[in-house]
Amino acid sequence: MFKDIFRKTKYVTISSVPAPRRLAPEASPETVMIRKELPDGLWVKCPKCGEVLFTKDLEKNAKVCTKCSYHFRISARERLELLVDEGTFTEWDNDLQTVDVLEFPGYSEKLAEAREKAQMPEGALTGRGVIEGVPVVLAFNEGAFMMGSMGSVVGEKFTRAIERAIELRLPVIIFSTSGGARMQEGILSLYQMAKTSAALTRLAESSLLYISVLTDPTFGGVTASYASLGDILIAEPGALIGFTGPRVIKQTIRQELPPGAQTAEFNQEHGLIDLVVERSQMRSLLGRLLRYHQEGAGYGSAVRI
Amino acid sequence: MAQPLEFEKPLLELEQKILELQKFSAEKGIDLSVEITTLEHKAVVLKKNIYGRLQPWQKVQIARHSERPNFYDYVQLLFEDFIEMRGDRLFADDRAIVGGVALFKGVPVTVIAQVKGKDTKENLQRNFGMPHPEGYRKALRLMEQAEKFHRPILTFIDTPGAACDLAAEERGQGEAIARCLVAMAGYHVPIISTVLGEGGSGGALALGVGNVVLMLEHTFYSVIAPESCASILWKDPSKAQEAATALKFTAEDCLRLGVADEIVKEPLGGAHKDVHRAGEELACVLEKHLSRLRGEAPEVLQQKRYDKLRAIGIFRQEIEVRDVSLQ
Repeated sequence: MFKDIFRKTKYVTISSVPAPRRLAPEASPETVMIRKELPDGLWVKCPKCGEVLFTKDLEKNAKVCTKCSYHFRISARERLELLVDEGTFTEWDNDLQTVDVLEFPGYSEKLAEAREKAQMPEGALTGRGVIEGVPVVLAFNEGAFMMGSMGSVVGEKFTRAIERAIELRLPVIIFSTSGGARMQEGILSLYQMAKTSAALTRLAESSLLYISVLTDPTFGGVTASYASLGDILIAEPGALIGFTGPRVIKQTIRQELPPGAQTAEFNQEHGLIDLVVERSQMRSLLGRLLRYHQEGAGYGSAVRI
Repeated sequence: MAQPLEFEKPLLELEQKILELQKFSAEKGIDLSVEITTLEHKAVVLKKNIYGRLQPWQKVQIARHSERPNFYDYVQLLFEDFIEMRGDRLFADDRAIVGGVALFKGVPVTVIAQVKGKDTKENLQRNFGMPHPEGYRKALRLMEQAEKFHRPILTFIDTPGAACDLAAEERGQGEAIARCLVAMAGYHVPIISTVLGEGGSGGALALGVGNVVLMLEHTFYSVIAPESCASILWKDPSKAQEAATALKFTAEDCLRLGVADEIVKEPLGGAHKDVHRAGEELACVLEKHLSRLRGEAPEVLQQKRYDKLRAIGIFRQEIEVRDVSLQ
């Protein structure tokens, strides 16, 4: 098979922190709320259509409501598992640790809570994996870690991942889920936007593909940096994507956003993203796009997708 | 006379008293020179005490002062000539960002600046210095020209933040800012970014990817407005003063954290007390950096800018030692 040419037969897996297998959908605030009503955790109520779903069915369906296709929020590791060819992921830089450099009130406690809640040392997961036979550099925000906000560690991990993609001549896919720059690290967080964007400048100069996938929610400094800079921008259905959050818009200028504003579909209508893609279709679409952009695929040479 | 800020009041009262004594002495022909001199000494000490150790919130007040000089106040002091160029060629001309070509000490430069209004009418025109996507796209268009014609870029930051309304969302505020970041990181010309007043989050950063980042003495550069920070953290926007301290966003803090490269001294009490002196000082610092940067090769300029950004961020990395025997 043609695609086997690009499939590596040997993979090195570094055992850093073992991937926590989350059986219950703890990352999703909606489901946490619902679980109070349905304490046994066997059932989950869809926040969109109200259908009561068997948790196991929901998980089998990649946490997409079997009735209305509502996409529940999922963790970075869950996403990773849905995407990569089994056993192909090598995690990078899992040992970067956050420093409360501003000694910001309450930050240390928030970090401890976030680590517990997300079962991750910080709000980013990066590494190298294979999607449908094509090697790729992957980076994810973890929404359960302080709203997926970007501080020094997240910025550094993403930047390193992009730089390594340049060295390895691999495409990059970043999955964004973030409230924006992390205020507890002040100006350092703000400049992570510039740092990650600068790395993407170099990736583009190297003619390497960057696909940005925007998931619910993506806002603020993340929208205003790497999330908007993909050669291809893809969003999950219904994901809220914008620069300023609806609550802040209301507080600041007392403007109430019309229904449906800032959804993936709204962004697509306004020409801001290329595709709105169901979670179940994501892996196959990314696989196809990656094959379109494989090295040597330029100048009309044939590619089998 | 500038509107007094709360913490300036004791000083102004003292100065008023001195004026009264001088007037009284002149009218009645009584010699009060000893008393006046004593008070004047007191005023000097008080001035240094007040302005010498301004608290973060007090700096915010000075940076946002209604009479704080804006870009147009500096234009004549900095440039021999300035030709403004307008519009993004896509949608509109945003008055919150102005740009054009200018002569700085005889050198053609591209200038991009965020501008707040001086009064309500002008503020409405300029959306209080909060740019929409078309503003950032105009900036980008002009910066692309600078790169094309090998002209240094001088940007001037003064914004509470990027516009936050439905129109901005519809036209891709995030993308517009992100494009500026990515473009500036790739340019081969010298870029100097100067914070003139407020450096409000992503909206400010869009013009902040310089080889050199300068901050005027009484400015702040922050990931979030102190009011918003207070309302998120403590559900109370009136705790903005505490947030201002927690965010560590003054020029000194930014210098210490490796974001700012130099602090430009302001006249005692702030740039609005003496805009000429503030302008002269700024011109002097800009010239120093620009002449140095103009001596660098294009690739070096790009590389050094990358290195500067690359170094921003503080974290710890421990080399993991795994105990193999346990496995």
